Amino acid sequence: MAYRANLMLCTCTMCVSVGALKIKKKLEEELKKHNLEDEIQIILTGSSWLCTKGPTLIVQPDDVVYQLLKEEDIPHLVEEHFLKGRPVKSLMYIHPEALHPIEKLHEIPFYRDQRLVALWNRGIIDPDQIDEYIARDGYKALAKVLKSMTPEEVVQEIKDSGLRGRGGAGFPTGRKWEFCRKNPNTPKYLICNADEGDPGAFMDRSIIEADPHSLIEGIQIAAYAIGAEKGYVYVRLEYPLAIKRLNRAISQAREYGLLGKDIFGSGFDFDIEMFRGAGAFVCGEETSLIHSIEGRPAEPTQKPPFPVEKGLFGSPTVINNVETLANLPRIINFGAEWFASIGTEKSKGTKVFSLAGNINNAGLVEVPMGITLREMVYDIGGGIPNGKKFKAVQTGGPSGGVIPSSLLDLPIDYERLQEAGAIMGSGGMIIVDEDTCMVDLAKYFLAFTNDESCGKCTSCREGSAAMLEILTKISEGRGEEGDIEFLEELGEAIKDASQCGLGQTLSNPVLSAIKHFREEFETHIKDKKCPAGVCKALIEYSIDPEKCTGCMACVKVCPQSAITGERKKPHKIDQSECIKCGVCKDACKFDAVKVE
Amino acid sequence: MPKLKPEDLERITEKVKRTMILREGTGRAKITVHMGTCGIAAGSRAIMSALIKEIEEKDIKDVILTTSSCAGLCSREPMITVEVQNQPPVKYVDLTPEKVKEIFDKHVLSGEIVKEYALAFGSERVP
Repeated sequence: MAYRANLMLCTCTMCVSVGALKIKKKLEEELKKHNLEDEIQIILTGSSWLCTKGPTLIVQPDDVVYQLLKEEDIPHLVEEHFLKGRPVKSLMYIHPEALHPIEKLHEIPFYRDQRLVALWNRGIIDPDQIDEYIARDGYKALAKVLKSMTPEEVVQEIKDSGLRGRGGAGFPTGRKWEFCRKNPNTPKYLICNADEGDPGAFMDRSIIEADPHSLIEGIQIAAYAIGAEKGYVYVRLEYPLAIKRLNRAISQAREYGLLGKDIFGSGFDFDIEMFRGAGAFVCGEETSLIHSIEGRPAEPTQKPPFPVEKGLFGSPTVINNVETLANLPRIINFGAEWFASIGTEKSKGTKVFSLAGNINNAGLVEVPMGITLREMVYDIGGGIPNGKKFKAVQTGGPSGGVIPSSLLDLPIDYERLQEAGAIMGSGGMIIVDEDTCMVDLAKYFLAFTNDESCGKCTSCREGSAAMLEILTKISEGRGEEGDIEFLEELGEAIKDASQCGLGQTLSNPVLSAIKHFREEFETHIKDKKCPAGVCKALIEYSIDPEKCTGCMACVKVCPQSAITGERKKPHKIDQSECIKCGVCKDACKFDAVKVE
Repeated sequence: MPKLKPEDLERITEKVKRTMILREGTGRAKITVHMGTCGIAAGSRAIMSALIKEIEEKDIKDVILTTSSCAGLCSREPMITVEVQNQPPVKYVDLTPEKVKEIFDKHVLSGEIVKEYALAFGSERVP
């Protein structure tokens, strides 16, 4: 069928949760009503667009994008755009603070400033159609390495490209492979780490949902390079859609003979097994992950020996992250030199980030290494909502740290972020505005790692609990002189004494918050005040009698009935009843509710 | 399903090429059928169907067919605009399915403008 238009409907986990499948049904009905079903095709894609603007629909070849679609918009949209050819401006993307929508997808800054390597196919193909993947140069890199390159040449190519692990630590991928390749022991294993656990991170899930074959091809290239015949994908159970799409892609690849015996007639045998993790954060750590596949308790062990020496079932094993592997087909197709031309001196290529938190365009972005935080937050991210001020960005999740606004012009690469006390991490980027308390944020991450610590090392198990206790104390107004110094000392000690990455990095959010926002900690301790107005024990809600118009709005919403007052007379909050929920502040239209 | 050989990748690519060109917007030519209310009333549906039929029958992969609204000359509908790569767009007026077939063969596929049906070259100036 010769379709004249494709409607690329995003059906990632997030868009489905806000009704993308209902939109699909309605689109089908309306297209049928206008007899357009043979001319216009609906394609379900993986994550393609701004994740907070879903459901989104990209119309090709018109290059038009619609956002925040509702079922009732569809009849009008179909009649106007698809029948009469008039794109509907009221449903298009509007850049924050702009007056008019941007009509062409590729002119939108969020898209324009991105460079897609790992996300090469996102939103362009139907992830369930292997043929569409093939039509976008799919499996050509695999054919190339199997037919014309020795494993050593593949290793060299990746070394030359400068690709570094995208899971967090940034170890050079080619070197890791080389260690495994040179290890005489067999069999060898390739494991894809898709146990994405950082709060606010969804890069790996999006890659798998949008383009599962890219991952499969990447795994095969890596396996060929190191000499593995079996690969595992360790994916967390909380990603049902990703698991479904990857399983389907694996069976399609098997049907085509792209997995199994004698792939492409080259004599290379390889197959993939899915392994679903039960959702322990520590399983993202290499040795714990290996133990989990082996059926042992998911606890880390001392490195060395590294997995490349003694990994899964005692065999040499390479563990690569989803994004690292998804880069491989492009590096092989376009060459190491091309890849190395993108990025900075020591950080090559692009990086996928998930932008989350207080940001207008939350979503999935892929940018060249070396882009500044400012470009990320303001150009791509579209700035901070509700006219608030940018305060900091948290990178690397519970293993990373905060970067304050004074470092907004910092280029994003492995080294620069580390110098600033944060880490690249897997790519989670949480933006916080002026209403966020840094003590509270640090406490949040500590509570997470304290909960997720496997308990094997005392330093991590007890240390995280002790740090959390002090942070809780500070946030409740019981902070004492010396607490900050103690946190610093304890933080360093936990780093030194813990066996795996979880413990070695868990104090980073606290230490970097102290480094960049020490004053805020001191205010909590000395003045017993929370400048951002977050820590409940340190704040008090009151009503400014000058501004209060006596509209009763706050009186009506207060769940504690703590606000009293008559119409047209200033209201008052009974402090003994107030639970500091902030509902009154949100309800007040006159800015009369103060937080101190 | 027999096992894929490297050369099969090209075959599959060719099979899906039309879809991919549509999504990437990289065809050798783009035909816009003006489908405002005036165009539809004057018979642009038949023009659209004729073009789809041409593309299907001749198995053309790299021509993009799309719609747009009224071109501002309602009395001369149905109209189409043909843009062959690296050439200015040409507007055709007072069309019938037969005329469109001719335009498709001569202009879209062979690059030869059908002057007797053409209104003008180029688009209106935009500020």
